[in-house]
Amino acid sequence: MNVAAREPAEPRPGRRTFLQMLLGAGLLGSLASFFYPVLRYMIPPASAELNSDEVVAGKIGELKLNSGKIFRFGSRPGIIVRNAVGEYKALSATCTHLDCIVQYRGDLRRIWCACHNGMYDLSGRNISGPPPRPLEAYDVNVRGDEIFVSRHKGS
Amino acid sequence: MISRVRAWLEERIGLSQITGFLSHKTVPVHRYSYWYFLGGITLFLFMVQVGTGMLLLLYYRPTSNEAFESVQYIVTQVRFGWLVRSIHSWSANLMVATAMAHMFSVLFLGAYRKPRELTWVSGMVLLFLILGFGFSGYLLPWNTLAYFATKVGTDMVKQLPVIGHPIMVFLRGGEEVSGATLTRFFGFHVALLPGITTLLIGVHLAFIQRQGMSVPRRIDAEWTADPSKRREMRFFPNFFLREAIAWYIGLAVLGALAAFFPWELGSKADPFAPAPAGIKPEWYFLSVFQTLKLIPPRLWKIDGELAGIFIFGALAAIWTLLPFLEGEAGKRRRLVTVVGILAIVFIAGMTLYAYYAK
Ligand code: FES
Repeated sequence: MNVAAREPAEPRPGRRTFLQMLLGAGLLGSLASFFYPVLRYMIPPASAELNSDEVVAGKIGELKLNSGKIFRFGSRPGIIVRNAVGEYKALSATCTHLDCIVQYRGDLRRIWCACHNGMYDLSGRNISGPPPRPLEAYDVNVRGDEIFVSRHKGS
Repeated sequence: MISRVRAWLEERIGLSQITGFLSHKTVPVHRYSYWYFLGGITLFLFMVQVGTGMLLLLYYRPTSNEAFESVQYIVTQVRFGWLVRSIHSWSANLMVATAMAHMFSVLFLGAYRKPRELTWVSGMVLLFLILGFGFSGYLLPWNTLAYFATKVGTDMVKQLPVIGHPIMVFLRGGEEVSGATLTRFFGFHVALLPGITTLLIGVHLAFIQRQGMSVPRRIDAEWTADPSKRREMRFFPNFFLREAIAWYIGLAVLGALAAFFPWELGSKADPFAPAPAGIKPEWYFLSVFQTLKLIPPRLWKIDGELAGIFIFGALAAIWTLLPFLEGEAGKRRRLVTVVGILAIVFIAGMTLYAYYAK
């Protein structure tokens, strides 16, 4: 208003708006440059995941017929099951529902998730309960007395 | 001697203004006055949490290798460690209960109505912060139940479109629940949340101080009809002493619960072992979890879990903004009461169901 009073003949709103925009943009920019590193800092760097690697899930003879156990597949758990006729099956042990770790139930001959009673068959198909997707199945190779587990080629 | 100190303080900080203010402050007295104590008790429990929390910090170690052992050490080796830890757990649970009871009493007494909308909103945010304390603190002993409950709880966030995954990574400190999650939750639990909460409690109390305590509408009507019925009580010492007794009883209850029902520790979490049966979150999350379990995996065209999360999020938002939805003259007052009762029935029903259903 003062400005207008001093310069009645030539009010220059354009200049004022321009300065305000400049100031606003500067403030926004400095805020962004302040918060961006903070945000980035809060998200941890992605750790290298073991992807195509093969792991030794166990030894022959370690698993009884119709039983299963959890093994480490990189940073995630896997489950290896020896069914009633002695075949080995290896699957991801992370329930596709909400991330719990599944277990083999010899009495049901099924893979079971205790968290919300999810059920999978031995090829990983979700057959009852809340799980929305099947468990990822892995390849099993027996070499010597060691059981090797690896991801399907090409997946 | 005391009068010398008093005079010294008077000269410097104007002590008489503060004591004068205290002696003038009054609290309305009526048949619902007792509900006023719930907020105070919640505040008391918060202070107990701060005190016992600081004691636990003397021995607790926030890493996946040491957390469980350090809590074990506290409850078995440290003198009275079991007591401190047990009180911290019990007080946390009671605090959730009293905060909820406080919220519902404010709801039914209509104390959120104009001009106290902001007090209600700040109170709701405090309630969410308390739940955040519960969720983050639950993981800290690093036991199996808490480990899987945290896995499930943080995985739910992932269902949200676009922002879900980054939020989950932020919460977990990685893709998995791991030692990094523990360290983060520890930071939230002992620094971030207490800081925000303390600030907000100050704001909440300042609002109440500024506006005085609410008088329920019906009582207010009675009082205006017959002003001789109006009753008030001095805050200090009358109300203050009553509150002090309530706190004292609260402390006794806490001590008794902690001594007779010490909080269990369970077994150490193993990220490479199957989830045991009976995984459940703390009781105050049970109703939500049970509901999410009952929603079918696909609801019309969207994912059931996602729909559930959206519904609960919307409900929480509506609840927080309740005072603004009631309308100026409180036209929808009835409706609010009915909805409040329904909410209690729903929460209680689902919680019991979760306990007894497998
Ligand atoms: S997490 Fe496995 S059934 Fe829910």
